[in-house]
Amino acid sequence: MRSRWVVLAMLVAALAFVAAGCGGDDDGGSAGGSEDITGDVSIMAIWGGAEQESFEAVIAGFEELYPNVNVTYTSGGDNLAPLLSTAVEGGNPPDIACIGQPGLMAQFAEQGAIQPIDDLRDTIVDNFGEAVADVGSVDGTQYAVMFKAANKSTIWYNVASFEEAGVEPPQTWEELGEVATTLDAAGITPYSVGVDVGWPITDLFENVYIRTAGPEMYDQLVNHEIPWTDQSVKDALMEMQSIFGASSNLVGGTSEALQTDMPTSVANVFSDSPKGAMVIIGAFAPGVVTDNPLEPVTGYDVFTFPSIDGSGSAAVGSGDLCVNFQTSEGATAFLEYLTTPEAAEIWIARGGFSSPNRNVDEAAYTDELERATATGLSEAETFRFDASDLMPSAFGGTPGQGFWKGMTDFVANPNDIDGVTQQLENAANQAYTN
Amino acid sequence: MSESAATAEAPTRGLPPQDEGPGFFQRYGVTLVFLLPALTLLTVWIVYPTIRTIIRSFYDRSGDDFIGFENYRTLFTDDTLLTAIKNNLLWLLIVPFFVTAIGLVFAVLLERIRFSVAFKIVVFMPMAISLFAAGVIWRLMYEKDPSQGTVNAAIAVVADAVSPSGVLASAQPSTEQVTAASDGALVLERPLEPGGVAQLGLTGIRASDVPDDAVQAVVPEPLAGGITGVVWRDFTPGGGTSGEVGEEELGLPGITVELRSEGGGSRAAQATTEADGTFVFDDVGSGAHQVAIGAATFSEPYAGVSWLGQSLITPAIMMAYVWVWAGFAMVVIAAGLAAIPRDLLEAARTDGATEWQVFRRVTVPLLMPVIAVVFITMLIYVLKVFDIVIAIAPGSVQDDANVIALAMWRTSFGGVNDFGLGAAIAVFLFLLVIPILALNIRRFRREV
Repeated sequence: MRSRWVVLAMLVAALAFVAAGCGGDDDGGSAGGSEDITGDVSIMAIWGGAEQESFEAVIAGFEELYPNVNVTYTSGGDNLAPLLSTAVEGGNPPDIACIGQPGLMAQFAEQGAIQPIDDLRDTIVDNFGEAVADVGSVDGTQYAVMFKAANKSTIWYNVASFEEAGVEPPQTWEELGEVATTLDAAGITPYSVGVDVGWPITDLFENVYIRTAGPEMYDQLVNHEIPWTDQSVKDALMEMQSIFGASSNLVGGTSEALQTDMPTSVANVFSDSPKGAMVIIGAFAPGVVTDNPLEPVTGYDVFTFPSIDGSGSAAVGSGDLCVNFQTSEGATAFLEYLTTPEAAEIWIARGGFSSPNRNVDEAAYTDELERATATGLSEAETFRFDASDLMPSAFGGTPGQGFWKGMTDFVANPNDIDGVTQQLENAANQAYTN
Repeated sequence: MSESAATAEAPTRGLPPQDEGPGFFQRYGVTLVFLLPALTLLTVWIVYPTIRTIIRSFYDRSGDDFIGFENYRTLFTDDTLLTAIKNNLLWLLIVPFFVTAIGLVFAVLLERIRFSVAFKIVVFMPMAISLFAAGVIWRLMYEKDPSQGTVNAAIAVVADAVSPSGVLASAQPSTEQVTAASDGALVLERPLEPGGVAQLGLTGIRASDVPDDAVQAVVPEPLAGGITGVVWRDFTPGGGTSGEVGEEELGLPGITVELRSEGGGSRAAQATTEADGTFVFDDVGSGAHQVAIGAATFSEPYAGVSWLGQSLITPAIMMAYVWVWAGFAMVVIAAGLAAIPRDLLEAARTDGATEWQVFRRVTVPLLMPVIAVVFITMLIYVLKVFDIVIAIAPGSVQDDANVIALAMWRTSFGGVNDFGLGAAIAVFLFLLVIPILALNIRRFRREV
């Protein structure tokens, strides 16, 4: 009899332990003044590998200023958007997340998942200017600090390959075609393309489109005010055929390019025995190659995406917007820290980082190429945020769907422009109405 | 005494027994207490989510509007999802069969040899790693480039032996005067009379690929009664003038040049180029001839099968999956095999049956229950396949390799964020698995 009750008591106790373990965690309380700020701050972003180490150095700088705040960083990788969406749906998001898509940020703002940071607006405008500050706001309310920016209108090349073929970086799209032909004649594959899940090709499309159709039509396309079957889209794709039309232009041919991911495509160029001469990718390229054997300027170099039919200088860029899911003193302090030039300079010194912060000391860029691409972004006549990041994420941010899939299908079948544009339009119709 | 006995034996009709023997809780109380944790967990984590998912599938993306069967209609009209369903059907038809068959073959064959345990361990080892890790391994093995992908490297050994790559695999003509013939050779269009000089400029050759003994190309003097010419790398850094032998342009030695009768066709003679790229055909006779570089010079090195391309991706993933699970099938069937009485097989053999007949008529029917277990288990697992697909398929073909579980994940969490549609897909998958589960349960009941 008694042993039965003992067993029962043990079972109840076990259940109680399980229930306690399942309960949510409690954030550490925060106390008064700025020096006494304590607590835990959790951060998520896409940065992994070398970039993660650099961001953790930035965090270390913060922890020196606020020694009682414990910051933990988790990398979400390319799956950051779904990870965050799930966490929000489950009611358990990180305190801060740095996301690359303003569209996703707007979605979170509408859901009420992220908190406004209007108090920081003045600091942000002082450091970054109105235009960049506005990227981080939705309907006039400030939600984000744009910490890291990337100039996506760049083309990187292998210096030795260019010297072997005797070519110079081109200024116009036509010259780029001639450079590719000459490289091919010299037996060097002109382009190293990593189609990956499709987003590198969306960047290429945006660079071409903003030059062939202009910034106003770019904005219209982003908002789906003109259809994807519009002639301007087809014209841009026809220009891209000069790259993708011939399989011999790409390292490994079209089929290999379709299976190559972005870091591999960059490593193919940044190599002592390069497989390709040029890679069309944003200014973050040097940062994604581990064990880069080449030196800047002597080994690898960069030129601005060339103008097409006399278009003015235009820059397509992206940035990481740091938003606040759960307010706490530690989180607010961290976001404020991110607006300071000192935070940016920590990562700048490590390379592979471009800051939109105007107050950053340009001499901090140890790499003259990085300095060039960073100023290229701020000094371009026209600046637009990366279109696929502005679109609803079902269309502009999902592997295997929408814009990303349209571009991979275009590379696989560069002659089927009508089919690809119709497919894009169908997917856009679904994504934009929801 | 007798009264209470009487009342105990004949309970009054219509009234619930009061204090009649042990009550419900006393009889089942302990059982309930032991079952309670498991029941709670099951309810919280399986029953409740299932019901909520079914309800959620009738609502739209945001969860606020009731849309009835709209999500299910999307499920059967959307291209992406239809591909996923079609792929899963293929998986269902092909993979369980192959896994069971290969497992059966291994179990039967490995039974009779020495060190059978060692072999069985080797075959079973893939089960020790997660499906995702297996996917990563096979992703690397399926690389198209034969110098990187194991599978293509193995095929390349055979392919290169059959058709070795030519000396100048990537070369292209530098001018329009040299064109590609139907057999792959490069032909100088203009026919030459005796005393003519042929110039065959080639580009697309890396400077480092030119043989070491090459020297500056020269245009040879015409030879009376014969035809001379030069094959050279027609490229100067910066482009140069194509069609003319420029400074620093090297000749290509060791190339086999053919002399063909006019209009292509039969090969009259062959010559090999010298260090400066020149070649000579003495005494060609009258009439015009064409000069060509044979197709064998340009045969490309084996490029590799595109396992991760659109058409082969699903078979490729299936092969990796079979590699992982064949071991499981083998082990289970081997256990069943061990339970078969050997004298039955002996009896069949003495009756004059061949090994194959013994296998087909005696072993397999006796193994049927075990084979059924393996087959049905694989059916269920294949319906849910997810991690190996996401590990192997590169981004550009994830749509072609799509399966229902992956489509559900993408729809709900992978960027589309349409939880209603994702719930509908989950319910659909659930409905697919139910018949197989019912089959399994019926079998269990029958066995008991």
